[in-house]
Amino acid sequence: MEMPTPDPAILAKKSAVVARLTSVLPKDAVIHEEAGTRAYECDALTAYKCPPMVVVLPSTTQEVVAVLKICNEMGVPVVPRGSGTSLAGGALPTADSVILGVARLNDVLETDYQNRIIRVQSGRTNLSVTGAVEEDGFFYAPDPSSQLACAIAGNIAMNSGGAHCLKYGVTTNNLLGVTLVTMDGQVMEIGGAHLDAAGYDLLGLVCGSEGQLGVVTEATLRILPKPEGARPVLIGFDDNETAGACVADIIKAGVLPVAIEFMDRLCIETTEKFANAGYPDCNALLIVEVEGSEAEIDEQLGVILQIARKYDPVELRESKSAEESAKIWLGRKSAFGAVGQINDYMCLDGTIPVSSLPYVLRRIGEMSKEFGLEVGNVFHAGDGNMHPLILFDANKPGDLEICEAFGAEILKLCVEVGGCLTGEHGVGIEKRDLMTAQFTPEDLELQMQVKDVFDPAWLLNPAKVFPLEASASRRTLAA
Amino acid sequence: MQARPAHIRNPVKNLGAEKEQAAVLTPETEIELAEMLSAASAPLRVQGGGTRPIGRPVVGEVLSMADMRGIELYEPGALTIVVKAGTPLADVEAALAAENQRLPFEPMDHRSLMGTEGVPTIGGVVAANVSGPRRIQAGACRDSLIGVRFVDGRGRIMKNGGRVMKNVTGYDLVKLMAGSYGTLGVLSELSFKVLPGVAATACLRLRGLDDETAVAAMAAALGSPFEVSGAAHTPNGPDGDPVTMLRVEGFEASVAYRAGRLQALLDPFGQAEIETRLAADQGAFGAGAGAIWRWVRDVDGFKGKDGDVWRISVKPTDAPGLVAKLDARDVLYDWGGGLVWALVPGGTDLRAKLVDFAGHATLIRASKDTRARLPVFHPEAAPIAALSAGLRKQFDPKGILNPGLMGGEV
Repeated sequence: MEMPTPDPAILAKKSAVVARLTSVLPKDAVIHEEAGTRAYECDALTAYKCPPMVVVLPSTTQEVVAVLKICNEMGVPVVPRGSGTSLAGGALPTADSVILGVARLNDVLETDYQNRIIRVQSGRTNLSVTGAVEEDGFFYAPDPSSQLACAIAGNIAMNSGGAHCLKYGVTTNNLLGVTLVTMDGQVMEIGGAHLDAAGYDLLGLVCGSEGQLGVVTEATLRILPKPEGARPVLIGFDDNETAGACVADIIKAGVLPVAIEFMDRLCIETTEKFANAGYPDCNALLIVEVEGSEAEIDEQLGVILQIARKYDPVELRESKSAEESAKIWLGRKSAFGAVGQINDYMCLDGTIPVSSLPYVLRRIGEMSKEFGLEVGNVFHAGDGNMHPLILFDANKPGDLEICEAFGAEILKLCVEVGGCLTGEHGVGIEKRDLMTAQFTPEDLELQMQVKDVFDPAWLLNPAKVFPLEASASRRTLAA
Repeated sequence: MQARPAHIRNPVKNLGAEKEQAAVLTPETEIELAEMLSAASAPLRVQGGGTRPIGRPVVGEVLSMADMRGIELYEPGALTIVVKAGTPLADVEAALAAENQRLPFEPMDHRSLMGTEGVPTIGGVVAANVSGPRRIQAGACRDSLIGVRFVDGRGRIMKNGGRVMKNVTGYDLVKLMAGSYGTLGVLSELSFKVLPGVAATACLRLRGLDDETAVAAMAAALGSPFEVSGAAHTPNGPDGDPVTMLRVEGFEASVAYRAGRLQALLDPFGQAEIETRLAADQGAFGAGAGAIWRWVRDVDGFKGKDGDVWRISVKPTDAPGLVAKLDARDVLYDWGGGLVWALVPGGTDLRAKLVDFAGHATLIRASKDTRARLPVFHPEAAPIAALSAGLRKQFDPKGILNPGLMGGEV
């Protein structure tokens, strides 16, 4: 993955940039020595690293305004950063950029149970939003796997999903308002405690714009009353096709599970060794979870089990207790970690129409042989969001490149069957150069024209989302 | 005058309330539509079925999408449907009902409120981001919309989103297009996430509550785990008295259980009556529990009453205080109080009465003069208005798509 060459003219004014930033921020909120900036050299896409020129850690919206105004005036690119958990390189710096980290913006500003909202600063972690309201019986629904660490700012930038979005939707469906600071330092309140926009849906546009339109400093989020209970069932099958057909039938039957998770043999075996969750010896495994009162759960699981039995499952395990539920989820939740124990891997994030599941899994199997790299599949089957894990050896020269080429082919396959390159991780740098597989040059031009409106000089996170070649003329405007 | 191409037909079709003598452009394909927009230099009035004449009056030739219709793809097992924008809403709903599925957001039918005739189209629903009572639980139209194809004001064919539920590839122009009233592009194809239909619906009714107490009762219900899918109140119900209504939907036993639990929870507010209907016994909107929600959805209480109609989006607990300032002829609270429909004397500047409030008010029904005099859409703060105007310039630099409909520079 290429990144633009740092602009020597910007590097040359580093001390002036630092001096101006230090004049508007507390001393410990400006990091410019390499020992400090190195901590920000990458996000969770660790294959790519580059320490930024400066890191700033503002604590208020006004400090964010001051930083952006200075960078705008001085023509310095700004890379916003939540908690740095992006798997797509969304927070990867360039050597001539200022990282704007929101980690110090982490307060809860308001909780309002009558209106079922919470207003937080954007550096607050996802899980701690739920943490702030769960004693009172509420929760924040989007639950990305990184929820312990990831920030709401990053969730908004990437429009993050999670395992439970089949029922509750993704970030954009649970976001009611933001305080947005644009690159020229203007502050705007978009949305709020009320529903829907007065004019154009700018909130919907900002969500998922990967930090390219503005910096979100505060957010109003929808919170929901916790369900009375939840219970998973584990279903094992002999092959992927049968599992895929079973998923479609469950959905058609009118039950809406909160989650339908899928794992293939490689993931089942690997996690079993690692987590010892007691998973059956089979080729495909589904975890289906439903919510409600005990009786409601029984009713829904009854429908699901009846469907599953028609497909002659090798295993049907209904949880009888909280411990058994935890055990069913244990393997799924440790899948990425387990695979990481045995190998380096690249995690993909394409989405496909659920109906194409068997075909796509078969093709991935064939491609695995062609490229000579193993693949494990673990994903949100209810909504078609796949996470193929391609195993490679980072120490073996050329293996990463083969892995990236294989990954690109899988993502192109996702687009070919009517899906998309990324379901919840975002484009970042990882899928940037594949965008032409999904969009025409005109589609991309219009999206870049949207950025022109918010950030005419292309200073905010400029080298992301769009193929470098496509955005080149706009990015060099800044210089 | 040059000869008109074959797809431009005269005489005029009957297109709802504002029928001026103007030729009608009726593209049948996306390519035809793109050619028309690429060639156009004068303002166009973009229409679906013409049943929702919301916005400032627009002058120009009518571009009707009614001939671009049809269901392109429907996969019940994937909960997705793809349709052309001019498809009648009724066709979409019928196709879904045949598989026991439905649009989650319960789009309102504006015809009785607006006094219009014609066939509502799915494109019109999206252009106005039309949702109904289930919006509080299942989201708005924009939340179920997962993909769009459209032609922008330069005549470029664009796509965004797709037909999968989870998609963060590139900017989300899908949301932007929903509710942009045809001012950013002409929608040609739409993809939705749909939901299973339900076996049973229960409606709980509390009688005689004042507005403030009603909003508190609805908040209590919505704050419970019993999955309320409708929460409405009016001081002036179908029989003339205050009524507060809550809806639960799902499998029969589950509905009975949750309705019972809600009844107990609401006990401090009075004894709620429960009425349950099974899908097996009725159409989508039959009698009883179904009919009352259609009454709410379509604001039927205002039917045949004179005055302007405003739609106010607010924080639910703010709603009764705002309504008290309105001196309205009639009001309906939906979305637990988050949506207020108000009927006021013609020409009233409702925003002047509310002064500054957190939320927004849209003038839905009023005379042409009033809609020309008062902003139809809530004025935006200056930096936001500047972004909206900037977007409009990028999407429609010639200013030909419903110019002025949304007011200001858009």
